[in-house]
Amino acid sequence: MAEKLLEIKNLKQHFNVGKANEVKAVDGISFDIYKGETLGLVGESGCGKSTTGRSIIRLYDATDGEVLYEGESVHGKKNKKDLKKFNRKMQMIFQDPYASLNQRMKVMDIIAEGIDIHGLAKDASDRKRMVYDLLETVGLNKEHANRYPHEFSGGQRQRLGIARALAVDPDFIIADEPISALDVSIQAQVVNLLKELQEEKGLTYLFIAHDLSMVKYISDRIGVMYFGKLVELAPADELYENPMHPYTQSLLSAIPLPDPNYERNRTRKAYDPAVHNYADGEDVKMREVSPNHFVDCSEKEFAEIQEHLAAKK
Amino acid sequence: MEKILQVKDLELSFHTYGGEVKAIRGVNFDLYKGETLAIVGESGSGKSVTTKSIMRLLPEESAEFKNGEILFGGRDLTKLSDKEMQKIRGKDISMIFQDPMTSLNPTMPVGRQITEPILKHQNINKDEAKKLAIDLLRLVGMPKPELRMKQYPHQFSGGQRQRIVIAIALACNPQILIADEPTTALDVTIQAQILELMKDLQKKIDTSIIFITHDLGVVANVADRVAVMYGGKIVEIGTVDEIFYNPQHPYTWGLLSSMPSMDAEDAKLYAIPGTPPDLLNPPKGDAFALRSEYAMKIDMEQPPPFFKVSDTHMAATWLLHPEAPAVEPPEMVIERMKKFPGSRYYEGSAN
Ligand SMILES: Nc1ncnc2c1ncn2[C@@H]1O[C@H](COP(=O)(O)OP(=O)(O)OP(=O)(O)O)[C@@H](O)[C@H]1O
Ligand SMILES: Nc1ncnc2c1ncn2[C@@H]1O[C@H](COP(=O)(O)OP(=O)(O)OP(=O)(O)O)[C@@H](O)[C@H]1O
Ligand SMILES: [Mg+2]
Ligand SMILES: [Mg+2]
Repeated sequence: MAEKLLEIKNLKQHFNVGKANEVKAVDGISFDIYKGETLGLVGESGCGKSTTGRSIIRLYDATDGEVLYEGESVHGKKNKKDLKKFNRKMQMIFQDPYASLNQRMKVMDIIAEGIDIHGLAKDASDRKRMVYDLLETVGLNKEHANRYPHEFSGGQRQRLGIARALAVDPDFIIADEPISALDVSIQAQVVNLLKELQEEKGLTYLFIAHDLSMVKYISDRIGVMYFGKLVELAPADELYENPMHPYTQSLLSAIPLPDPNYERNRTRKAYDPAVHNYADGEDVKMREVSPNHFVDCSEKEFAEIQEHLAAKK
Repeated sequence: MEKILQVKDLELSFHTYGGEVKAIRGVNFDLYKGETLAIVGESGSGKSVTTKSIMRLLPEESAEFKNGEILFGGRDLTKLSDKEMQKIRGKDISMIFQDPMTSLNPTMPVGRQITEPILKHQNINKDEAKKLAIDLLRLVGMPKPELRMKQYPHQFSGGQRQRIVIAIALACNPQILIADEPTTALDVTIQAQILELMKDLQKKIDTSIIFITHDLGVVANVADRVAVMYGGKIVEIGTVDEIFYNPQHPYTWGLLSSMPSMDAEDAKLYAIPGTPPDLLNPPKGDAFALRSEYAMKIDMEQPPPFFKVSDTHMAATWLLHPEAPAVEPPEMVIERMKKFPGSRYYEGSAN
C-alpha cells in the first residue's frame, strides 16, 4: 500500500480569524493517506476531526496548507470542470443519517442526486437501474426506492447514506462517525458493509470515530488528534500496543470494555499537557520513533521514547 | 433492599395512522434504592418509551397506557394528574437526555437554568438558590463556576454542556435519576469523567439510577443490574455479572457477540440477521424467534414466560424450559461463561 492517494500538508483551518472568538480548529497537520487503506482519526470531542475531513473535501476553504490528490492540489482548483472531477472522487458519509437525508425526497431521488449532477445516467431507465443496483449493493432492495427516509430504521438509513456516496463511483470516502448513533448489532452490519465494499472496489477511507474498539477493528493506521494537532500516527496494532504520546495513553486507558471484572479494576490515566514541560521555542514536531510510527515530541522526548522501545525489546 | 420504584405489567401503545404501535408489551421490573439499573437493547425496543412513561413525558394525544402500574412512594404514576406529576418531575425523579443541547435553553444563561427548578421545588430564596447552583457546578467539575453562571450554552464544550444538564438534574437531590444515553455524543475521556461523577454523586445522595445506553462497555462500568429489552419486552434481567458472564437469552447472546473485542483479528463482525419485529403486528410467540438460530416450534406459537436462573436472574426463553434440548451458545458467549461460577462451562477462577 505504498502508493499515496492523498497528501495533507500543514493544513490549517481557523474560524473567526482576527476576532476575539478565533478558533484554531485545525492547526497545521500533515499526513498521507495510501491507496486502499483505512485511516482512522480519533480524539477528544472538539479537537478538529470533522473540520479536518471537511477541509480535505473542500467544504471549507483552508486557512493555510495544501491537500494533494494523486499529486494534484485540491484547493488550488478554480475551474468548474476540475472541481466537479474532485467532487466525484471524494465523498462524505455523515454522522447523523437522519439529518443528512432530505426527509421530503424519495429514496430514488436521494440516491440519484449525484448521478444527476454528474450526468452519469444515459436515460431514465439507466438511472433507475443504477439506483436499484446501489440499493442491492448496500443490502436493501428495489422496493425501498419509493419510500421516504423516515420509513427506515437507523441502520437502514445509514446504508442509504452509503449508497448515495457510492452512486458517483468515488475512490475516496470520508466517513464521519458513521456508526456512533447506532446500536451494536447495526454498527456491526454497517462496518461489515464498509469493509466488503473496500475489498470489492478498492476504496480508500478516512474513518472518524469515538469508539476506539471499532476504529481499531476497521483501520489499517490510526491518527490521534489533540486540540487541532496530530499527536500520534501509527499502524492500528502498533498504536494500541505501544502508545507513546501521553494523550494517546490517556485515551486508550479510558475505553470501557464489556467486561465487568475488568471495569471494576480499571485505572485511568489522565493527560495534563503540562507534563511535557517544553522550553520556549523547543522544536516539537512529528518524529518517526519506529518504522511508520510517528509521535509529536521534542528532541529530548524522542530520545526517551527510543530508550523505552529499546528496553522493551 | 428497599424498592423505590416498581413497574408492573406495563403495556403501552401509540395510536398512529398506520395503526396501533404496541411499543411496550408487558414490562416488569423493580428499582432498588441506591442501585444503577442499565437498560440495553435494540434500537426501537422500547427503552426510551419505558422511561418516558415513568416520567409521563409521552404525547398524550397518541400514547395510551393499556395496562399495568408504575408504583412510586405508594402512588401509581400512571394515574396521577399532570399537576401532581409536575411536582414529582425534576424533584423526586429527574431525567438526562441524550443531546444536552435539546434540554438546555440556548437563550438563557446557564445559572438561571439551574436556579429555576430549585426555586420551583424548594422553599429557599434567590440568593440561596444561586449559591446552591454554584456549588452544583463545582460538584460536576466545572472550573470557575461563579464566572460560568452568566454564560450561555454555546460558550461551553459538548462535555461541559452535559455536565450542566447533570447539575440541573441533580439540583433537587432526586431519588431517581434517569439517564437516556447521556454519554453517546461524548468521547471516551469525557465520558469516563461523567460516569465517575455520576457514581460519586450516587454515593453522596444515594440516588437510584436508570441508565440507558447501547455501549456495553459503559454498562459493564456503571451497572449493578442490567435489563435487556427486545420488541417491547424485557427478555432478560440480572446482575451485571450474570448478564455479561452467564447470559441465557439468544438475543443477549447476539448482542454480546456483535462487539469487536480489542484483540479481535480481521474476522467479520457478527451482526444479528434479519430486522426488528413489526410492533403494529407483533409476533405471536417469542418476538426474537425469526432471527434466532435457536428457535424451536413453540417459539413461533407461544411467548415464553420468565424462567428463574437465580434469585436475581431471569430470562424469557423457552430454552430454559426443563424439557428443552440443551444447546451450545455461540463461541464468544462460552468464553464469557467460562468465567462464571455456576455456569456449566466454568473453568475456575482465571487469575
Ligand atoms: N463553523 C465553525 N465556526 C466556528 N467554530 C467552529 C466551526 N466548526 C467547528 N468549530 C470549532 O472548531 C473546533 C473543532 O470542531 P470539530 O467539529 O472539528 O471537532 P470534532 O473533533 O469533530 O469533535 P466531535 O467529536 O465533538 O465531533 C471546535 O472547537 C468547534 O467548536
Ligand atoms: N410518539 C411515537 N409515536 C409512535 N410510535 C412511537 C413513538 N415513540 C416511539 N414510538 C415507537 O415505539 C417503539 C419504541 O421506541 P423507543 O424510542 O422506546 O426505542 P428505544 O429502545 O429507545 O430505541 P433507541 O435505542 O433507537 O433510542 C419504536 O418502535 C418507536 O418507533
Ligand atoms: Mg465531529
Ligand atoms: Mg431511545
